[in-house]
Amino acid sequence: MRVGVVYYPGSNCEQDAVWACQAVGLEAETIWHKRSTLQGYDALILAGGFSYGDHLRCGAIARFSPVMAAVERFAADGGLVLGICNGFQVLTEMGMLPGALLANAGLKFRCQDLLMRVERNDSPYTNACDPGQVLRMNMAHYQGNYFADPETVAQLEENGQVVMRFCGPQGERAPRFNPNGSIHDIAAISDPSGRIMGLMPHPERVMDPALGSVDGRFLFESLRDAIAARQSPEAVSVAVLPQQV
Amino acid sequence: MVVRLRAEVLDPQGVTIGKALEHLGYDNVASLRQGKVFDVELQTDDPAQAERELTAMAKALLANTVTETFEVRVLPESGDD
Repeated sequence: MRVGVVYYPGSNCEQDAVWACQAVGLEAETIWHKRSTLQGYDALILAGGFSYGDHLRCGAIARFSPVMAAVERFAADGGLVLGICNGFQVLTEMGMLPGALLANAGLKFRCQDLLMRVERNDSPYTNACDPGQVLRMNMAHYQGNYFADPETVAQLEENGQVVMRFCGPQGERAPRFNPNGSIHDIAAISDPSGRIMGLMPHPERVMDPALGSVDGRFLFESLRDAIAARQSPEAVSVAVLPQQV
Repeated sequence: MVVRLRAEVLDPQGVTIGKALEHLGYDNVASLRQGKVFDVELQTDDPAQAERELTAMAKALLANTVTETFEVRVLPESGDD
């Protein structure tokens, strides 16, 4: 079970992501953005940071890195792709996830802990969570304010593509619990299949009690179990979101 | 090329800048929105081709059409470089 962590000039979370994968028993290694082929990976993570210095728009230049064509093929072939922070921004710039990440509503770079509620626990990234479970995460970004036009947001909600939402200690929603102004308190969205997910908070930074929370483990354990399920044919459905009716 | 945030997208930077102008005494500022300008020199004399290329560039990279609109203006060489 091998995870590749894609990073670019200016990324700074790739080693944390590798370490987080290894902490739950996954093999993991970094993949420099110049590579054009990807073989032998069960999942890919696009690491957080500031690819290309966030020039033009966050993720706008990374999108054209040689490795990204291979990432698109990997996803098209049914692969699992998780974008964390800048990785989420790259996925939206590529159009692999809908919408865009705008400047935080308060125009401040916010580095802090936050809470988010699991909206679906049948995704490859949340299957180890309870429904509605509240996770303590960390965030560190200036542009994480999720935006999409009203039709797209309605579609996301209808399809169950909102995987996690910012919330209070009891899972309650209120503007004061939304740290960046994201529409509908969205913290994580997926593509319709659930295999591609992006989130602004950093699960790889909350893997050790010394760092204030170990809730990131739920996401990486979910990923590990989803990969294992995909490798045993009778359990493949665990790794793919059922379409809501 | 001018790239602007779509009207329905909030522009907190523009709001902040507008408020700063108010503080300076410019009472007539009803709203202010911040955009980007790209000055692109092209090696062609054909305005139609220039417009086509710039439009393609905007869609491919310079604007994110989810949140931004763009406007291309083709100008003759200024010669004041």
